[in-house]
Amino acid sequence: MAGAPLLTMTGISRRYGRVVALDGVEATVWPGEVLGIVGESGSGKSTLLRMMNLEDTPDSGDYRLALPDTPGNLFDLDRFARRQLCARRIGIVYQNPHLGLLMGHSSSGNVAERLLVAGERSFAALRARARTALEASEFPLTRMDDPPRQLSGGMQQRVQLAKSIALEPALLLLDEPTTGLDVSVQALVLDTLKRLQRDRAITMVIVSHDLGVIRTMADRVMVMRRGQVVEQGLVDQVFQDPQHPYTQELVHAKL
Amino acid sequence: MTLSALTRPWAAISWGFLDASAKREMRRKIVKAIALPGCQMPYASRELPMARGWGTGGLQVTLTLIRPESVVKVIDQGADDGVNAASIRRFLSRGSGARETWDTLEATIIQSRHRIPEERLRDDQVLVLQVPNPEPLRPVQPDMSVARQMHADADYGRLWLVLYEQMVRSGRILQGAAYPSLVNGRHVMTPSPIPRWDVPKLHMARHLTLLSAGREKRLFAVPPHTSLEPLVFSDVPYRVEDHAGLTCHRSDPKGVFMNEIPQDGGGSVFEASDSNLGIKAIRRAEGDPIEIGATWYQDGEFRA
Repeated sequence: MAGAPLLTMTGISRRYGRVVALDGVEATVWPGEVLGIVGESGSGKSTLLRMMNLEDTPDSGDYRLALPDTPGNLFDLDRFARRQLCARRIGIVYQNPHLGLLMGHSSSGNVAERLLVAGERSFAALRARARTALEASEFPLTRMDDPPRQLSGGMQQRVQLAKSIALEPALLLLDEPTTGLDVSVQALVLDTLKRLQRDRAITMVIVSHDLGVIRTMADRVMVMRRGQVVEQGLVDQVFQDPQHPYTQELVHAKL
Repeated sequence: MTLSALTRPWAAISWGFLDASAKREMRRKIVKAIALPGCQMPYASRELPMARGWGTGGLQVTLTLIRPESVVKVIDQGADDGVNAASIRRFLSRGSGARETWDTLEATIIQSRHRIPEERLRDDQVLVLQVPNPEPLRPVQPDMSVARQMHADADYGRLWLVLYEQMVRSGRILQGAAYPSLVNGRHVMTPSPIPRWDVPKLHMARHLTLLSAGREKRLFAVPPHTSLEPLVFSDVPYRVEDHAGLTCHRSDPKGVFMNEIPQDGGGSVFEASDSNLGIKAIRRAEGDPIEIGATWYQDGEFRA
């Protein structure tokens, strides 16, 4: 873990009414690594990911990305700067493709939209870059102009992935990217993610309740429970030798 | 002190059908719309003796601007003699004492649906366009509150997305009318259902254009000498309709926007869509001393 971290979050707390979603969470991600976040439903892992994508602001906390043009606490950015930063620097793949895609528009158009938001105005360049991104996420190019609603779940996730990597983001967030896919398709999508990570050394944060996914993908893992980080460390270490009673339960519950 | 001491005696000061408070509302929103070119201003749209959707938005603007000394021209699909155009023009003239005209050069206020006249407008003329759907984002964002946020963010990527998909599917841009255009480098507006042919006429024009939708209660403006750029890709140039080589079969004009009239034999003939231009050309050919103004398109080419 040499060098400065890419992502630093400190003291993130968020309450929704009486529910404490996050309670003083600290997170650090170094460039090129994959951080897995596991935890039961309602442990705050998806909320944390939404904060990383600047979709929600915490009650208190500090979030920094070590990028040249993003100084200071990102939660202090205005609406416009936040949108620009999200579009250009952060990619996200949701569990539910309806959240990330325009279902009625073509798949290549979905990828192109991301480029259009960033200011690309040449049709030929849009076409070429959409094709490259879809190719990189191993999407069958013969179907690149079909709308996502006509595609299978696995292909929809590939379109989301292509859209999120089209601008070569510094940070890729994955929210349960393979949940709801059948096991063979899940393996293929994980393969693609793994290859992308290897080829481009993208920094990723992956949220999943599936320990198998985390074991395959992640370098380090963070275990969350009731809005707090109860344990973190290298994947092998945490899964071989869990320290916290909750982690022990979690690891042993996995057959 | 009595109330009459504080107020002016009653006098018939209003013309143009609308009452003073309705006109004040229109004036305020017109000034706002001019101050923020292309930005849609909501306004309190009044009831008029005409159904919503028949030009009530344009009519309210015209009624506000009209004076007894005004000269009004009303166009529907390029023609002055359509039923809707004729009755709006008569209503305007009866309600205000303004003079009616068919001649673009003579008019001070031109209310129009679908077309901008072929003769160049001057800086003393105002063009009022009736708009059925003022929201360019409606096809891509059905939720109007979100659409307003997108306007505030200048988030127009999805409009290009529509053009991108037209290019992918058909190899060309299919948007025929109401072509989304960026006004003054900030707001995207829909220039009412005018054809692509007429959109360049609004760029750096000498006249003021007011666009008003009565049913949707939105008003926006393209002030004089304001830039208006149709949304295009940098490598796909903006194209107007291929009417440059056509000649009107009834009168002389060439290279103006044409109406296509299908014939029994399967072919079609064309006539000038700006019908008064055609009439003037015929009368001039017959020897009348008719003045035809400089046109925006010369030999089918747009001249800035």
